[in-house]
Amino acid sequence: MAGIAKQKLGAGYAKSQRGTEESPLAKWTLITIAMLFCLVFLLLPLANVFVQALSKGWSVYVQSLTHPDSWAAIKLTLLVAAIAVPLNVIFGLAASWAIAKFEFRGKALLITLIDLPFSVSPVVAGLMFVVLFGLQGYLGSWLQEHDIKIIFAVPGIVLATVFITFPFVARELIPIMQATGTDQEQAALTLGANGWQTFWHVTLPSVKWGLVYGIILCNARAMGEFGAVSVVSGHITGETDTMPLRVEKLYNEYQGEAAFAIASLLALLALVTLGIKTYLEWRQHREYELAQQSAAAESSDTFLESKSKNE
Amino acid sequence: MSIEIRNVTKQFGEVTAVNRVSFTVSDGELVGLLGPSGGGKTTVLRMIAGLEMPTEGDIFIRGQRMNDVPVQQRNIGFVFQSYALFKNMNVARNIAFGLKIKKWKKADIEARVAELIELFGLTGLEKRYPHQLSGGQRQRVAIARALAPKPSVLLLDEPFGAVDAKIRQELREWLVTLHHELNVTTIFVTHDQEEAMEVSNRIVIFSRGNLEQIGTPREVYEQPANEFVARFVGVMNVLDTEVRGGIARIHELEFPSNGHPEGSRLRIGFRPYAVQISNDLSLLPYRAVLRHTFFLGIMLRLELELPSGLILRSRMTKEEYAQLGLEDGREVSFQIKNYRILASENAKLAPEMESHYQPPPTIGENI
Repeated sequence: MAGIAKQKLGAGYAKSQRGTEESPLAKWTLITIAMLFCLVFLLLPLANVFVQALSKGWSVYVQSLTHPDSWAAIKLTLLVAAIAVPLNVIFGLAASWAIAKFEFRGKALLITLIDLPFSVSPVVAGLMFVVLFGLQGYLGSWLQEHDIKIIFAVPGIVLATVFITFPFVARELIPIMQATGTDQEQAALTLGANGWQTFWHVTLPSVKWGLVYGIILCNARAMGEFGAVSVVSGHITGETDTMPLRVEKLYNEYQGEAAFAIASLLALLALVTLGIKTYLEWRQHREYELAQQSAAAESSDTFLESKSKNE
Repeated sequence: MSIEIRNVTKQFGEVTAVNRVSFTVSDGELVGLLGPSGGGKTTVLRMIAGLEMPTEGDIFIRGQRMNDVPVQQRNIGFVFQSYALFKNMNVARNIAFGLKIKKWKKADIEARVAELIELFGLTGLEKRYPHQLSGGQRQRVAIARALAPKPSVLLLDEPFGAVDAKIRQELREWLVTLHHELNVTTIFVTHDQEEAMEVSNRIVIFSRGNLEQIGTPREVYEQPANEFVARFVGVMNVLDTEVRGGIARIHELEFPSNGHPEGSRLRIGFRPYAVQISNDLSLLPYRAVLRHTFFLGIMLRLELELPSGLILRSRMTKEEYAQLGLEDGREVSFQIKNYRILASENAKLAPEMESHYQPPPTIGENI
């Protein structure tokens, strides 16, 4: 015990004597600059969204949100996210599984393609769909003949959103699956499990937190996407306006409070997303620390010693 | 017999990982597959498990052809090198997994898990997760999990590779004890010849996809089938000699030519223990300087330097060393008590460590 206490004291002493320690002045100057930046450029604008939204009181705020056109925008946004997120979860699981567990030709190409939506401007992404499905587009006349509306309708918005949020789940899962390898799955097979049982009991639980993380990021982007959706939606009030589009329209029509009211919902979504993300990271960190502690505690293995003494 | 491998070949694209290998393992045997990495031993183990399919040949377990039986139905227990414990399950659930999949009754599962926890000394750790276990504990959980559904064969891939040296030795002894108690047919893979010698009833030696020899540890050590086995199992002095005047010579050393024609080249090998040393310089035919002594515990390894610069390895016990009053730098006399001809020129001497080489008829002849 005395030895441990001494060690701790020693560590503290060494820290204060570190040669690389900056002077308190430099330290506090840097901290102040960083804090000020966050305050001015991040916190103030965010707080302002809520202040503006509530500037004319709760009743106006609630009225703005329940206005039929705004309410339609909220419902459309939820619908789009409800379609786009599950699709990208399925795609993300399939793609990350394929990339992490199999060797095949075109793997590098697939990884690059998954990142494509990150590198393409959202407006260009929207235009691609217009060129493909629009009235003047390659498939436009065929779609019209069969009375299928994609551009300036909900399917177009869903397509654009799926495209934009494509990488989020896959990007989260690929490194986790690569790190896990295939040993656990193979072990499940040798114990008699079939493919589905292996996926359900072994693969899915091992990527659980990464998957949740990917889903909340994917959802945040799906609800918040502006550029690509703006190009394909056609801005039909009450029909093809999502929340971000509605915010822009209201703002351009000088209805500041209503615009900020909807913006406050999106901002709230962002805060919740950040909250969940922080919680997940804290959780993972804690699990890691627990593992470290127990590894240290269990470094001496008493079973074999006692066993050999008995014999 | 429990397992039969018949003429099995495995190719990965252009690479032949296993080349027409046949061997059998009897019920209750503990067999080690030994060889350098890339020798094909792990591939053989995975083919027995059904994790790889043979390109050619057949695999039988208890007389039943297994080629088309999927891994789930082979009734094998497999312990991975990394242990591959389910990270999201605690110790008890890891062990119970195979039983749940096989739809055992709840009470039976509980009883079996409790039995294994007790047998493997894991009491008190049931609720721990793999990351909360030490390396040795993880390995025991992995073996318990593999044994839980009562497999007919236990397969272990490099079972002691991932634990530190201190626990390694204890685990080896423990595995032998466990095998003795459970008597389940066990095959394990290792690249460590000492480990294979110590643990196995029989050893199967692989090199570059070929089966080089099967035998008890004693057989492969004392009667290696070829040069590869001789050099891979244990330490060996290897010298290339040439027959001149009816005697095979290298520097000052001379060996009877055993009827090999004049001018032919013989590769001669002898174990360190065959090099007998005396402190009486006139007693034994050759002279050398004791260049260095390695302390290996009870045994010592000695490096002798001949006047020509040739280095030979010998070994003796501490007591013998003390009796002879040896120390580094002393001049000694020595003789080579027995040796074997590993290869001769007429047999188309293969390059070093080449595995496909057929032993010439003189193999196994001692003086």
